[in-house]
Amino acid sequence: MNQATDHSLLDPPQLPFEPLLQRNAVVTEQPWVRWLLTAAALVFLGFFLLLPLVGVFTEALRHGLGVYWQALTDSDALDAVRLTLLVAAIAVPLNLVFGVAAAWAIAKFEFRGKTLLTTLIDLPFSVSPVVAGLIYVLLFGAQGWFGPWLIAHDLQIIFAVPGIVLATVFVTFPFIARELIPLMQEQGNDDEMAALSLGANGWQCFRYVTLPNIKWGLLYGVLLCNARAMGEFGAVSVVSGHIRGETNTMPLHVEILYNEYNFAAAFAVASLLAGLALVTLVLKSILEARHGGELSTSRRH
Amino acid sequence: MFRKFLLFATLALPLAAQAGVELLNVSYDPTYKLYKEYNRAFAEYWQEQTGVAVTIKQSHGGSGKQARAVIDGLRADVVTLALASDIDAIAARSGKLSADWQTRLPNHSVPYTSTIVFLVRKGNPRQIRDWDDLVRPGVAVITPNPKTSGGARWNYLAAWAYAKKHLEGEAAVRDFIARLYRNVPVLDTGARGSTTTFTQRGIGDVLVSWESEALLALHELPPGQFEIVTPSLSILAEPPVAVVESNAARHGTSAIARAYLEYLYSPVGQRLAARHYYRPVAPAHADPADLARFPQLELATVAEFGGWQQAQQTHFAEGGVFDQILAAASSGVAIP
Amino acid sequence: MRSVVAPPAAGRPRSALPGFGLSLGFAITYLSLIVLIPLAGVFTKAAGLGWDGLWQVLGEPRVLSALKLSFGTAFVAACVNAVFGTLVAWVFVRYEFPGKRLFDATIDLPFALPTAVAGIALTALYAGNGWIGQWLEPAGIKIAFTPLGIVVALTFVGLPFVVRTLEPVLRDAEKELEEAAASLGATRWQTVTRVILPAVLPALVTGFALAFARGVGEYGSVIFIAGNLPQVSEIAPLLIIIKLEELNYGGAAAVAVAMLVISFTLLLAINTLQAWSNRHRQRSRAAPALPHPVLQGEGS
Repeated sequence: MNQATDHSLLDPPQLPFEPLLQRNAVVTEQPWVRWLLTAAALVFLGFFLLLPLVGVFTEALRHGLGVYWQALTDSDALDAVRLTLLVAAIAVPLNLVFGVAAAWAIAKFEFRGKTLLTTLIDLPFSVSPVVAGLIYVLLFGAQGWFGPWLIAHDLQIIFAVPGIVLATVFVTFPFIARELIPLMQEQGNDDEMAALSLGANGWQCFRYVTLPNIKWGLLYGVLLCNARAMGEFGAVSVVSGHIRGETNTMPLHVEILYNEYNFAAAFAVASLLAGLALVTLVLKSILEARHGGELSTSRRH
Repeated sequence: MFRKFLLFATLALPLAAQAGVELLNVSYDPTYKLYKEYNRAFAEYWQEQTGVAVTIKQSHGGSGKQARAVIDGLRADVVTLALASDIDAIAARSGKLSADWQTRLPNHSVPYTSTIVFLVRKGNPRQIRDWDDLVRPGVAVITPNPKTSGGARWNYLAAWAYAKKHLEGEAAVRDFIARLYRNVPVLDTGARGSTTTFTQRGIGDVLVSWESEALLALHELPPGQFEIVTPSLSILAEPPVAVVESNAARHGTSAIARAYLEYLYSPVGQRLAARHYYRPVAPAHADPADLARFPQLELATVAEFGGWQQAQQTHFAEGGVFDQILAAASSGVAIP
Repeated sequence: MRSVVAPPAAGRPRSALPGFGLSLGFAITYLSLIVLIPLAGVFTKAAGLGWDGLWQVLGEPRVLSALKLSFGTAFVAACVNAVFGTLVAWVFVRYEFPGKRLFDATIDLPFALPTAVAGIALTALYAGNGWIGQWLEPAGIKIAFTPLGIVVALTFVGLPFVVRTLEPVLRDAEKELEEAAASLGATRWQTVTRVILPAVLPALVTGFALAFARGVGEYGSVIFIAGNLPQVSEIAPLLIIIKLEELNYGGAAAVAVAMLVISFTLLLAINTLQAWSNRHRQRSRAAPALPHPVLQGEGS
């Protein structure tokens, strides 16, 4: 980092009557300190974040594109991709509807127990994914509370798609609500009140006033929710049953391949998931850059 | 909401039933390749015999974990697990098969056997020849957790049998086992995890392993890295198979499930078992080249431990001998 | 859209909007079905053991050491993140350098990357034959398959919590205060530790607690790198799975409840702290133009 790339002198904006250098000297550090801190931060990020990412793609392509392609087009792998997409396609909309409803109630109204409700919505964040799986085994497993009833009616929840969906819904539960609540709180009720006073009904008010206001925040939440839904491992692992071609999601398939000495294939499927993560990050950055003003304050850059 | 999930459930069921008859074989980790090939062979055979198309789905994991899943409702038609006590557990806990399941198929429901051997690094740098080399200080032994892994329980019993033969009194045997587990740096939950730890992560001097796992590692991984050491005494490891009767009855697959397991004893099944590194119970049907990979050695049996139910109760149950040894080992000298 | 009409009815009570009953009713029903009732199930299961049974399970050396390990490694990782996360947040808010946007986007990688992928990638890097491990192992530093490996994995998953919590607060921190401090003769170091640090401390603690809470329950990235040796590198979530595999449902539920109770207490503390620091920030933001009372008194 030399003087040529040191843009910090431009920050804060230049004011005409101030001795620029002196002003900056007191609110920023010596160049060598800045250089050192930046280098330390980037080395840390490089080692902890970038290197693992690079590692995934390197390992995946180690044996060439042919092996890579073969691993991804294997029928078990394709089934895993399909299942992962299906689970996300069910879990994300469910949490979307919940997120909007919860945010509407919490942000637009005052009621007792609001803090408690907000805390409870956050609860799944602090519950270990394994526990998330366990609770559904205890409820719907053959030895669980509803087990005998489910068996009697020939219904399968655990070790089938519904169980995987449930576990995924649980771990991704707060994502959209948490994104929308602060956003809608910041926006207040004025727009909606205006619409109502002009004769809009509740649905129109939501559809034509609230929704346009929150659409980017909503998309942001959906993005994060979806990334987690497709990548969930611990909770799904407990309830999956690992039936190949049927209840094996992509992250579980990575583990299976990894345990079969099939490292190239494991990293190949892992690279798909890593690619998904990268797409998520890119979209997220675009959202923050273009529509930062329409996201909640903490997301604005 | 709940109704919605029931809807998913009802949607998922017919999906499963679409492809003619479907069987689910819930097995343990090392059998994946065996059953992948065997399933194809059986499907062909069954189509020829009856004209019915059958799809066989597979689920693999640590043997104890798989048993738990079946108990919790995994809809297995057949189970092919690492040891009898895991199937006993299914029978006892869920009542999905009768307690005398082992009498339903030939050779007390064991279509192929295996044993426990050592996998060491090329050239055997630590000069490991037999079980007593594993308790030498500084030798890192890789073996999975007997609580969750079937293979690990066979490993433990084989070591116990060796110690019992060479040492006087149970205290000495316990001490031998304690010293062995003190040498274990990583206790994976399944046999496959241990093999990965040893072969891929480069941890440990010796892997105590199913013979089938060791041979598989030797043949699947780039050659010239490992060699197999056969100890002077090991154990006759008998992975049993059984129809999960009430599941099969519910799915209407009782007959085909039974045929599926019986076919394992046929010349085709026996030949495939030998090809995938399992010792066939009827070696006459197997390829002699495959059989040549299995050395002759002295084998103890689980009967010497009073059968699996007794062995499970004494050694591996909560607070059993293994727990006591592990507690003593960790409170004494620190495990590396 | 927002400026189309002026709000003519600004004085109306908040409850004038429709849909309160519907949205709240749906939210609470859904919350109950997906989260609360199933969680209550695990408490009921654990309660089935009775107090004595519960204490017996939680008193097992293996359970104790797994809980200690999970909370201990999560604590260490959160500490690492508090230090390096603050550094990263500081550098990204205050400095300009080439590639900043790119690096900034990667900070969220742990949010987006599936934990199992992170697990196998970190293991491949830090194992004795990995890119990083091969340099550390000869120096006697073993990371993969030791508690240190768990710390590495938890540092990975926890980093964005600290950085993303700190960044907005650092961005909002007023430079006027720093200038004032400097003009009063404070060295830069004094300004950083006495003016900036106290202002961002609530956010730092929140980020720390979030990273900690996430780390305690983490499973996917840890099991690949941990080694999973009982009483040495076996984390509490893995022990829950092992208890489940041993068909010890009560035991599994007991460990789960212990984790839940500790985590929930933590979460409550975080939310309280967040509410407190939000009020704090809003108060200070409400009057940005006013000089700081202390500085006013001293004169400049």
